[in-house]
Amino acid sequence: MHIRKILSTLLLMTLLAGVMLAAGCQSGTPTNAPAEKVKVGVLYISPIDDGGWSTAHNRGFVMAENEIGKDKIEWVTKENIPDTDAAATETALRIMADAGCQIIFATSYNYMDTVEKLAKEYPEIKFEHCSGYKTADNMDNYFGQIEQPRFLSGIVAGLTTKSNKIGYVAAIPIPEVVRGINAFTLGVRSVNPDAEVHVRWTNTWFDLSLESAAANELLNLGCDVTSQHQDSAATLKAAEAKGVFGIGYDNPMGDAAPKAYLTAPIWNWGAYYTKKIKAVMDGTWSVEQYWGGMKEGMVGLDTLTDLVPQAAKEKVAEIEPMILEQGNDYVFKGPIKDNQGNEKVAAGTSLSKADQMGMDWFVEGVVGSVG
Amino acid sequence: MTDTTPLMVLAVFLASAVRYSMPLLVGTLGETVTERSGHLNLGVEGMMLMGGAAGFVTAIRTDSLVLSLLAAMGGAIAGALFYAVLTVTFRANQVVTGLALTLFGAGVANTVGKGAVHASTPPHIQAFFAWQPLRPDLSAIESVPVLGPAAVFLRTVLLEYNIYVYMAVLLAVVLSLLLHRTRLGLHLRVVGENPASADASGIRVAATRYGAILVGGALCGLAGLYLPLVHNGTWVENITGGRGWIVVALVIFVRWSPLRAMLGALLFGALEIIGFKLQGFPQLAGNPLFSQYIIGMYPYIITVIVLVANSARKKGGWRGPGALGLPYFREER
Repeated sequence: MHIRKILSTLLLMTLLAGVMLAAGCQSGTPTNAPAEKVKVGVLYISPIDDGGWSTAHNRGFVMAENEIGKDKIEWVTKENIPDTDAAATETALRIMADAGCQIIFATSYNYMDTVEKLAKEYPEIKFEHCSGYKTADNMDNYFGQIEQPRFLSGIVAGLTTKSNKIGYVAAIPIPEVVRGINAFTLGVRSVNPDAEVHVRWTNTWFDLSLESAAANELLNLGCDVTSQHQDSAATLKAAEAKGVFGIGYDNPMGDAAPKAYLTAPIWNWGAYYTKKIKAVMDGTWSVEQYWGGMKEGMVGLDTLTDLVPQAAKEKVAEIEPMILEQGNDYVFKGPIKDNQGNEKVAAGTSLSKADQMGMDWFVEGVVGSVG
Repeated sequence: MTDTTPLMVLAVFLASAVRYSMPLLVGTLGETVTERSGHLNLGVEGMMLMGGAAGFVTAIRTDSLVLSLLAAMGGAIAGALFYAVLTVTFRANQVVTGLALTLFGAGVANTVGKGAVHASTPPHIQAFFAWQPLRPDLSAIESVPVLGPAAVFLRTVLLEYNIYVYMAVLLAVVLSLLLHRTRLGLHLRVVGENPASADASGIRVAATRYGAILVGGALCGLAGLYLPLVHNGTWVENITGGRGWIVVALVIFVRWSPLRAMLGALLFGALEIIGFKLQGFPQLAGNPLFSQYIIGMYPYIITVIVLVANSARKKGGWRGPGALGLPYFREER
C-alpha cells in the first residue's frame, strides 16, 4: 500500500515537473530575420566529456562561441541522448524547438528520421544533421572526409610496425566505418605491401571494456600497432600496457597513453559550426550538404609524436599535399582489389562518391569480414 | 614475439577470461552473502558504480591505494545501508528498493565521477596491479621439449595474475568455509531460510541481515573499483555497463555457492571476450549464433535455463534461500 502511494506521488510529481519544464521553455519566438542574438540547440549522443565523438563536437561549438561572441549565443544542449531511442530524441528536440532555438545541430546518424519529422513541424527552425543523407528546405546535413587523415595515419602505422600485423578496433559495420578501415589499410599498404590490418568489431561506439577486450585480442595475435574507430582511448591504453604503439581517433588522445600514442585522425567541426550559426544570424542559411576534407580543415591529422619513425614523418609530409589537392580521389585511387582478390577500382580511376558512401567490402590487406 | 601455437592461444584466452571475470566474481560473492540472508538486492549495478566512483576519485585525489579501497567499500556500503534501512527496518519491497538503488547509484556515481572522467590511475597503483607476485622464472626449462611448453602453459593460466585475482579466489574459499563451517555462517543461512525459527532460537535476524547486506555492498564496491582502477585505468559514465545485472544472474546460476561462483564468473567472463576470438574465424562470419549481439545474450539465456531447471527440480532439492525476497515480521509468527 505504502509503496503504491509513494510511487503514485512520485509519478505525479514527475509529470508536474515535466509540464512545468515544458511551460517554462515556451518563451522566446523563433524568427528568420537577421538577428543580433541566436539560440542554438545541440543534441549529443554521449556526455560531452566522453573524450571522443561528443568532445570533438563540443570543441567545435566552443570555437564557434569564441568566434561569434559569448554574449551573442544562447545554448540549449542535451547530452547522452541515445540515437537509437527515437522517443528520447524527439523529446530532446522538442524541448530545443519550444525553447526558441533558431538552429539545431543533431550530431549522430540515427537522429536522422526524427530530425526530418520535426523539421516538417517547425519550418522556421534550421536543422543541421551530422553524417546522414536526408535533406529538406530547413534540414541540412554535413560530414567530413575523415578517410583522408586515416590514410595518412595508415602510412604512419605501416612504417612503424615490425610484425607487419596492425590491429583495428572497429565500432559498427556501416559504410562510414568500413570506408575508414579501407582508407587506413590503403595508407598502410602504400608504404608496406606486406602488412595486414586485422579487424575486430565491438558493435558499440563507446564501451571501455569491450574496446579493450577487442584490442587485447588483436595484441595477442601479435599486432604491434593499433588503430581504432571507437570513441574512447581504451585501445590506446591496451597498446600502451603491452608496450606497443597506437593511433587514436576523434581528438588528440596523447594524454591517455603518452607511451603508445603516435597520432590520430581528428575532427575540427568549429569552422563549419561558426559559419552556419553566423548564417542563421545574418539570414543567409542554406542547405549545402557539406562534406569537408583536410583542405577545408574539417578533418586533420594530429601532430605526429616523437614515437613516430622519421621515415614515416617524411612520407606523411610528402603525401599530405596530394591529399589536400585531390581529396578522397587520391585515397581511393585505383587499382584497388578487395580482400577476396577481385578488382574493384581500375587503374587510372577513383572510387565514385556513391560507391564510397555505400562501401561494404574490404580492400586487399584487411583480415576480417564486414559484419 | 607472440607465441601463436594453439596451446598458448588457449592459455592466453583462459587468462584473459580470468581477468574479465574478476568484477563478476567479487560482485557475485557479495550478492551471494546478501541473498543468503534472505535479501534480494537488485541494486548491485548501482553499488558497483558508487564504489567504483568513490574509490577511483579517491585514488586520483590522494594517490593512496588503501584509501581508495576503503572509499570504494564505503561508497557502496552507503548504498547498501540505504537499501538495508528501507527493506530490513521498514520492510519495503526489496525488488523496488533494489531497482531504485540501481538508478540512484548510477546518478550519484556519475556525478561524483564527473571530475575524474579520463583521469588515469596513479602510476604506482598501476604498477602495483601490474605486479605478478606468483610468476616464476622459467627460462631454465623453457626450451626443454614437452616439459617447457607445459610449464609455460600452466604459468600463463595460473600464475600471471595481479594480487586482486588471488585475493578474490582466496575470498571465495574463505566465504565458502565461513558459510558452511562456522556458527556465523550457520546463523546467516538460517536467517535466510527461515527467519522465524532463527528468531526463536535467539539469532538476531535484523542485525544479521544488516551485516550481510553491508558486507555484500562492500564487496560490490570492490568489484566496481576493479573496472576503473585496475582494468580500464580510467573512469567514464556507467563504466560497469550492465555487469551488475550479470552478477544478479550469476548468483542464481551458481546457486548461491561461493565456490561455484569462480567457475560461473569464469564462464561469463569468457563469454564477454569470446566474440573477438571467433571473429578471427572467417568461416563463422555471418553465422548469427556467433554474432557479438547474440553472444552478449548468452549469460542471460544460460541463467534463464538454470532458473527453469532449478524450479523444475524434484521435491526436496534446495531452490535457494527459503525466505529470499520476503520481509520478516516478527509479530506474524
